Amino acid sequence: MNSSKDHILSKIKSIQREVKPLPEIPGFDIDADLKSLFIQSIKLNKGEVISREEFKGLLAAQTFLKVYSRVEGFLTYSNMDLPEDPHHLSELNLAIVKGRFGVAENGAIWFEDEDLGHRALPFITEHLVVVLDSKDLVANMHLVYNRIGQDRSGFGLFIAGPSKTADIEQSLVIGAHGAKSLRVVLE
Amino acid sequence: MSHPEQAEEFLKDKANAKWHDETLWFVRDKRDAVSKTVPEWEELRELASKIKDDVLSKLEIYLVDFETNALANGIQVHWAKDAEEHNQIVLGILEKKKCKAIVKSKSILTEECHLNPFLEKNGIEVVDTDLGERIVQFLNQPPSHIVLPAIHLKKGQISDIFHEKLHTEKGNDDPYYLTQAARIHLREKFLKAGVALTGVNFGVAETGEFVVCTNEGNADMGVHLADVHIASMGIEKIIPKREHLGVFLRLLARSATGQSITNYNSHFRSPAPGKEIHIILVDNGRTEQLAREKFRSSLKCIRCGACMNTCPIYRRSGGFSYGSTVPGPIGSILSPGMDLKKHSSLPFASTLCGSCSDVCPVKINIHEQLYEWRQEITKAQSSLNAKSISMKIANGIFSVPFAYNVGGNMMRGALKFLPDSLTYSNLNTWGKERDLPEVPKESFKDWYKKNQK
Repeated sequence: MNSSKDHILSKIKSIQREVKPLPEIPGFDIDADLKSLFIQSIKLNKGEVISREEFKGLLAAQTFLKVYSRVEGFLTYSNMDLPEDPHHLSELNLAIVKGRFGVAENGAIWFEDEDLGHRALPFITEHLVVVLDSKDLVANMHLVYNRIGQDRSGFGLFIAGPSKTADIEQSLVIGAHGAKSLRVVLE
Repeated sequence: MSHPEQAEEFLKDKANAKWHDETLWFVRDKRDAVSKTVPEWEELRELASKIKDDVLSKLEIYLVDFETNALANGIQVHWAKDAEEHNQIVLGILEKKKCKAIVKSKSILTEECHLNPFLEKNGIEVVDTDLGERIVQFLNQPPSHIVLPAIHLKKGQISDIFHEKLHTEKGNDDPYYLTQAARIHLREKFLKAGVALTGVNFGVAETGEFVVCTNEGNADMGVHLADVHIASMGIEKIIPKREHLGVFLRLLARSATGQSITNYNSHFRSPAPGKEIHIILVDNGRTEQLAREKFRSSLKCIRCGACMNTCPIYRRSGGFSYGSTVPGPIGSILSPGMDLKKHSSLPFASTLCGSCSDVCPVKINIHEQLYEWRQEITKAQSSLNAKSISMKIANGIFSVPFAYNVGGNMMRGALKFLPDSLTYSNLNTWGKERDLPEVPKESFKDWYKKNQK
């Protein structure tokens, strides 16, 4: 037996407390144009929502030496396979992944293990492109957790923008440790 | 040193103190603006408060559920009754892995446990990877704010320490340039790390998963590249269900920095193939606080820092003046429970204006608990100091209406003629750094009588 566990639990049990009930959580759904709300939220987070055409334009205008894509319809942009060891992704310039759901109120996009290949992928890559279906947009965090449900993925992740920090005099800097940019191809 | 003595130190650099005050108020303003875009904001605060009340009322049940589910998911669960045991568990894991270095993301709990000096004493290299925390680590300082660890520093000071430690250009204080230097420096650490440690924002009893929120992505860079992930979690961080994350994630970043959500919100449920996740459930005084009925609800805190940003005392005295791991209003009700003698001046570092309680996303009655602690401390203290004498006089006046009326007329007269030397004497600690308002000719009560009809 773990004595510290017993010690902590018995200490808690010895404290007289009135039992408080859990509240019901409403959905707080809204009647709004989710697409324009989502675009606005991503912009506020210093990301960018683009079309597939704009994505093609980006690839033509900017050189990405190493590109890895896991998204049907975007596989031709890949010029490498997923390495067995995520450390070998350290030189990756662009990752293209599919998002499961997008949250209009804050731009958060949900991913699971299967979507990422390696959990490190969306962090270690220099730039990140997320492909998202506009029918997978929901209004807020309550509704997205309802959609996610009790999925058994070992890792789940909301990404809402490029890596950022304001730790030096509150000046916003994009590109701290993770991806330096986030572009969402919303279809 | 007491809070007023340390605050005096902070206020010596007037320009810096002014910047600190204004910058934190700006963050508070952002919080106000973003919270007003959510029509159900007050309802969310109420829900969050009720969920946490439920958690504290059934904590032992949720902890066991959490452990059972986490174990079933392949996470290794440890229990630590105090800081010492927590630190030994971390060291034990490092030794087992024959690892001499660790990368850490932000964890106030490990600050509370003084983990870094403990590990360093045992020959482990500790690298804090949040930019603000790396900066203060270079300077051998603790964080001065739980969300903005280096808010007490100006970019010139950061430029100097980066020049010394990372060989950046001397005098280059451009935040982008300095951040990129840290990115390169820390990436090397991430790629080499065998063990990574994170804090925990929320542990979900129903699923056995835990959630870590960052903006920089440093927690994830650490844990996904390392073989072993250690997560240090205070036992009060439990929430019952996954759906409750919806409520808390809507409140946390909006309250903390005015963002609608943190950039990265990672849900750890089971380790990636071939890797390990260890979670350490830490008490370290939390059960004692739970037993104090008047102060129990302080354990509902989700560490957003909103009470610090809004507090007129915190903004004008700086995080270090509190001398406790968690500074500001919430720290001033948590810390006396850990060490009453050491932190006895903290509940007095407040105007009791109540702004902290107004912004708290889980509706902790912080200012009322500050007042409760004052009474506990006053009871415990036998010797009187100058501040308590003037407090006592004020208490006497406000508690008797007749004395208040007469006293008011006298004061309006007296303030005009009292020399500054008396008003701002050392006997009246409130006179320090404060100007008295211009005295009105008549009381509000007299004015109201005259202007009725």
